[in-house]
Amino acid sequence: TNESALCRMQTCIRALKTVPADHAAPQLYTVVHRRTCSSVTTPRITTHYTIHPRDKDPRWEGVEMERFADEADVVIVGGGPAGLSAAIRLKQLANEQEKELRVCLVEKASQIGAHTLSGACLEPSALIELFPDWKERGAPLHTPVTEDVFSILTEKYRIPVPMLPGLPMNNHGNYIVRLGNFVRWLGEQAEELGVELYPGYAAAEVLFHEDGSVKGIATNDVGIAKDGSPKDVFERGMELHAKVTMFGEGCHGHLAKQLYKQFNLRENCEPQTYAIGLKEVWTIDEKKWRPGRVEHSVGWPLNRNTYGGSFLYHLNEGEPLVALGFVVGLDYTNPYLSPFREFQRWKHHPFVAPTLEGGNRIAYGARALNEGGIQSIPKLTFPGGMLIGCSPGFMNVPKIKGTHTAMKSGMLAAESAFAKITDENLNSETTGLHVPEYAENLKKSWIWKELHAVRNIRPSFHNYFGLYGGMVYTGIFYWVLRGKEPWTLKHCGLDSAQLKPAKDCTPIEYPKPDGKISFDLLSSVALSGTNHEGDQPAHLTLKDDSVPVARNLAIYDGPEQRFCPAGVYEYVPLETGEGMRLQINAQNCVHCKTCDIKDPSQNINWVVPEGSGGPAYNGM
Amino acid sequence: MSGRVLVGVKRVIDYAVKIRVKPDHSGVVTDGVKHSMNPFCEIAVEEAVKLKEKKLIKEVVAVSCGPQQVQETIRTALAMGADRGIHVEVSGKDYDNMGPLQVSKIMAALAKKEEAQLVILGKQAIDDDCNQTGQMTAALLDWPQGTFASEVTLEGDKVKVVREIDGGLETIKINTPAVVTADLRLNTPRYATLPNIMKAKKKKIANVKPADLGVDMASRVEVLRVDEPPQRQAGMKVETVEDLVGKLKEAGRI
Repeated sequence: TNESALCRMQTCIRALKTVPADHAAPQLYTVVHRRTCSSVTTPRITTHYTIHPRDKDPRWEGVEMERFADEADVVIVGGGPAGLSAAIRLKQLANEQEKELRVCLVEKASQIGAHTLSGACLEPSALIELFPDWKERGAPLHTPVTEDVFSILTEKYRIPVPMLPGLPMNNHGNYIVRLGNFVRWLGEQAEELGVELYPGYAAAEVLFHEDGSVKGIATNDVGIAKDGSPKDVFERGMELHAKVTMFGEGCHGHLAKQLYKQFNLRENCEPQTYAIGLKEVWTIDEKKWRPGRVEHSVGWPLNRNTYGGSFLYHLNEGEPLVALGFVVGLDYTNPYLSPFREFQRWKHHPFVAPTLEGGNRIAYGARALNEGGIQSIPKLTFPGGMLIGCSPGFMNVPKIKGTHTAMKSGMLAAESAFAKITDENLNSETTGLHVPEYAENLKKSWIWKELHAVRNIRPSFHNYFGLYGGMVYTGIFYWVLRGKEPWTLKHCGLDSAQLKPAKDCTPIEYPKPDGKISFDLLSSVALSGTNHEGDQPAHLTLKDDSVPVARNLAIYDGPEQRFCPAGVYEYVPLETGEGMRLQINAQNCVHCKTCDIKDPSQNINWVVPEGSGGPAYNGM
Repeated sequence: MSGRVLVGVKRVIDYAVKIRVKPDHSGVVTDGVKHSMNPFCEIAVEEAVKLKEKKLIKEVVAVSCGPQQVQETIRTALAMGADRGIHVEVSGKDYDNMGPLQVSKIMAALAKKEEAQLVILGKQAIDDDCNQTGQMTAALLDWPQGTFASEVTLEGDKVKVVREIDGGLETIKINTPAVVTADLRLNTPRYATLPNIMKAKKKKIANVKPADLGVDMASRVEVLRVDEPPQRQAGMKVETVEDLVGKLKEAGRI
């Protein structure tokens, strides 16, 4: 096909050349010429059916495409804190009121908790509401916070910042948890209550009724080969229909991305802005272990205009374990920045390295997180469905906590949906139920109050003084006035639009990993336990295969090879010698979603791979 | 012939996960770690289900030995097409010390009880790499064995097995009842799709204890210590053959 394209291009050019110069469209010639140059040498990268539809593909002729369908009352996409809290709340209400309610939850990870990654300091407010007897039930909250330390780091030194009560980062009353274990426990509670949990099955497609309302979801097809053709073991996914479908895919969900367009949910809010969080878990020398200690830092190695910082939590679960990590705002401007390498070099700081010396790294992972706060919350409901958790995004950014608000949003969604589903006198306009009460109730809840109070802290970093301006703003307006100022600051637009061209920026000299405290990317990825069935189309799909080399590499020096925390994207020389091509190592993907967010050309579209693929986090 | 096939499935740590040795060196960390069905057991289940689809056998029974969690593995086998499951409850110290000898005693007892025509197992498990259970089961039952099978054909009351051996392929014909162990190229296992997982919830899994089968779980092997493999030492580059000989002499190798 490349050859026939080349022939057609050459015919076009020859045709143009014969046209008298003043009639020729020079711009068209240049565009065609340029496209010829790039399309000739662009090997086919994307084979996924979302880019190359199967109904036009001759290899799919005669393949049975009917799907098995089943009905539930509520289908929940995503087995994280929000999805599970919603499922649990639904079943609690159903059991209380002695009503039958079929709740099905699908989760792309092979087991509940395997794709969960967070710091994390859990504020137990939502948990107490959901399970007042959480302690008796054995919820894994083993480490109350005992020490709270905040620092501004310079290259060699540390400036302590007092953790005054009332500051958003103050952690009194909170617990350090391994969120993956907490989510696993929530899954066990959900199963006991009668929720049907289906880990290992990804929701790949949203289904619609004829009236445009959401009908449910379809799980992923299996058995498609890497080149997009059907294998012998090909089987269609299954359709799960529901009266209400709750989408709790976490930060930057791929189905949510489609729903925003379909129902125009983002017309009255700011674009979401994100950060990437990288995390490791270490066993350390017992002498250095201080269970309950929480450390946060800002400053080095990031410059004052790049938002981000670190966390280091000492867990108290038997062995001397610390969870540590680094967050970098994805509105950074320098395409040479590598969040992974910033993380690795931060660990060498004199305040951090001693804790890790003599220790052993046992886990690694990464995930994007929301930073937009209240300004970026989209419309939450649409006929047949609603958005819960980090998908719309309820994270309290200065507190760096989103779990409690995610859980509460799931619970509110459950309560509103339950009332609607069990309402015998309901006259719904659409077959899929619309539950606007969820959004109304959320706006009246403590989620909204909390997010409103901190709404200006993150945007206050967009000033000449960057980090320091932001801290001053926080000190005055949050600590003193509790966010009561009458104005709401704006973010600066899409993260993907923030990168400056590579020629305007300086490459960053990162130190080589020493193999004891800092490590290389590939050994880190191996620790995430990530894996995918190799013979399937790459799920990192490109809308246009030629854009990475033509634009990302040409203008921005290929930032995806730096911001991906799993080494998925590599620019390698072409076998013919001239030029480069993008190689996508889809098997390494840890499902962090950073590429879909930060690609300056917005050409990468992350879709869900075959269920069970992805990281195998254990108590992250 | 009963037309019943017994398939053993083992729940093992997923092959892509990085193993970590417990701090007390008594074993590897399994708590919360991703587990899945042993890949060779998946192939064994697939072969049994294929035989049933060809109507050469009537019933596929999936068996697993272990604690509560192995029920997930049995459910996966049921979702792939097995008809019913047997969960042999083994937990605690018995489970930690369980090895091919105990499992083969259990499989032999069940094969007799269920009047199985064929017992299909994976050739080995990816956690211990023992490659013993199939062979021991056949010996305990005094049945013929077709191990490392890359092709299995039922011919009346005999089975033709093509075995993968060091020298190439060996074709043998054995009488049933027999034990067959599956090798990599026997087939490509099907996916356990969601509708089948849902249907599998309705299929029966019977619970049995080893004592009910008259099996003594006592282990003849005591694990003294588990350690990580030694760290690979850095190599050294030399420029000439003389250098190489010199360095080898220095290291006392020649």
